[in-house]
Amino acid sequence: MRKKNLHGWLYLLPAILFLGCFMVYPLVDVLIYSLEEGYNFASQEMFGVGLYNYSYVLHDPYFLQAVKNTFILVMITVPLSTGIALLISVALSSIKRLRHWFQTVYFLPYVTNTLAVGLVFMILFKKTAYTDGLVNLMINWFGGPSVDFIDGPYWAKMFVLCFYTIWVVMPFKILILTSALASVNPDYYKAARIDGTPKWRTFTRITLPMISPMLFYLIITGFIGAFKAYSDAVALFGTNLNAAGMNTIVGYVYDMLYGDSGGYPSYASAAALILFAIVFTITCINLLISKKSVHH
Amino acid sequence: MKVVLENLTKRYQSGNKKNGGEVLAVRDFNYEIPDGKLVGLLGPSGCGKSTTLNLICGLENPTEGKIYFGEDDVTDLPPENRGVGMVFQNYALYPHLTVKQNILFPLQNLKGKDRPTKEEMNEKALEAARLVQLEELMDRKPKELSGGQQQRVAIARALVKRPRVLLLDEPLSNLDARLRLQTREEIRRIQRETGITTVFVTHDQEEAMSISDEIVVMQAGVVQQIGKPQTVYDDPKNLFVAKFLGTPSINLFDGKIQSGKLMIGEEAVMDVALSDRKVTVGIRPEGFVLFDGGAMSCKLLRVEVMGRDVSIVSSHPACQADQLRSIILSENKVDEEAETVRFDLKPGKVFLFDIESGDRIEVEAHA
Repeated sequence: MRKKNLHGWLYLLPAILFLGCFMVYPLVDVLIYSLEEGYNFASQEMFGVGLYNYSYVLHDPYFLQAVKNTFILVMITVPLSTGIALLISVALSSIKRLRHWFQTVYFLPYVTNTLAVGLVFMILFKKTAYTDGLVNLMINWFGGPSVDFIDGPYWAKMFVLCFYTIWVVMPFKILILTSALASVNPDYYKAARIDGTPKWRTFTRITLPMISPMLFYLIITGFIGAFKAYSDAVALFGTNLNAAGMNTIVGYVYDMLYGDSGGYPSYASAAALILFAIVFTITCINLLISKKSVHH
Repeated sequence: MKVVLENLTKRYQSGNKKNGGEVLAVRDFNYEIPDGKLVGLLGPSGCGKSTTLNLICGLENPTEGKIYFGEDDVTDLPPENRGVGMVFQNYALYPHLTVKQNILFPLQNLKGKDRPTKEEMNEKALEAARLVQLEELMDRKPKELSGGQQQRVAIARALVKRPRVLLLDEPLSNLDARLRLQTREEIRRIQRETGITTVFVTHDQEEAMSISDEIVVMQAGVVQQIGKPQTVYDDPKNLFVAKFLGTPSINLFDGKIQSGKLMIGEEAVMDVALSDRKVTVGIRPEGFVLFDGGAMSCKLLRVEVMGRDVSIVSSHPACQADQLRSIILSENKVDEEAETVRFDLKPGKVFLFDIESGDRIEVEAHA
């Protein structure tokens, strides 16, 4: 019996070792950092232990701005991207001709580099000395005034960021949803047809419940991904996100560690743990809802 | 409601250039399904029986020909306007809905003045459930039911709208042997009680024979024979039908007619009024009579006793298969040590077929 136990632990050793080194230890370390007040990286000294770092972060206007930005981003992009992806997937699975071609087109953003996409968005939206950008040209064409989307008003910048995020996350969702739609047994649709089920009712009463597990998977991972947004904002507004007023929570953590105002691992850790608490809460809520409404 | 199929033909486009880029699934099908009867479409897979069913329900449109329900031409009507109920091979029960919700589903699709009130809907659903004896299980989900129960939910769902025609696609193929027997009786009973004209598709001849009022034997898109099960069994039109019906299946021999005698191998087994020619001889397993002075001698391989009757497995040089099987009553004593067994043949159980076309040669035979 003892020997068998020993064997078991032996087999588990690689996993435990790696998880311990790269998951558990850093997690504990972050927790410890976040509780060390006035910790100095260079001298490895601190004043004491307590919750001051959390209090500092929660009163930092930059952090509050980052939280606000992140929440707006999440609340807009997750429902919109999932909804649009669902529309496109349903449209894709209802056509026969050119289907593969369209599928490839919709999947392209997934394999495109974030920064390259950012560059394209710059050309579309950025106002320079020579041109107002393609989008502004179109707005002017319809008789509207030019808007500076990259350095202009807050709503314009937020619009570009949301637009960009939705565009980037869409391909994966379309991929998952088209395969989910394809896996629904066609006999259900035949049965529905024979019973004279209207199209809309077929969609809401048969298709949606059938793909609901995948839909909820996308919503949950979508929430988590959007809360961790950072690179998208950098691609559009550069590294000084605080100045642009477009920082996100992860961006704030990065700035606290390595940014111009950086060198504060304790503040960064506190902010990271606050983000963790937020994501954890939202995911729990999501799971609770999904338990009630998802058919497995 | 009788159902009339008139010159029904269905061709599919296919990528295969060899046959002209077309597959003929059903060819020139003419049949009047009598009102209130249970009809089995029978044939091996790919014979066009499922296509025929889909044509009747409207999921597919015929390339040529017409379909009438009673006097109404429904050829160009979509399925929802035909008034058909269909039970799919895998039942296609909506897994996220309860039994009751599944049965209610077709009723909830109705609009305007056709739409019953909530109480009427519940009443109808309960009535349908009672018919298939499911009223206790109304709040279960399909996955909490056995295969047979799921089948009955599917039937209830198909019947709740009072269809003019009920269609069943391989209704028993997903059930185990014991349930299959039970369920086919159940289908028969439900059909009798409702009196709805019912068509079902099966590849299992026993299933079709046991419950159908009429069977339609199909092969490669072409109807081979239509008739009462026993008639088709006793009087097959061609070799295919003879081979397809009956378990154990018919025994086939290379034979010839020689001066008014039917010869199997070197033995004259019967008198027939035919000119000399080669024939394929089909003998049903129950067409053998064990008799010491019998006309046909076979090499005995083994004897299988199965309660009511005895199955003698033997071989014969002219037999097209390695062994032939004859079934005799268990009162007969068989010497299992013997090298050979001798049989006489029952004339009504021996069929002659043309060796080229496989068509039946109608002729009186005498022992």
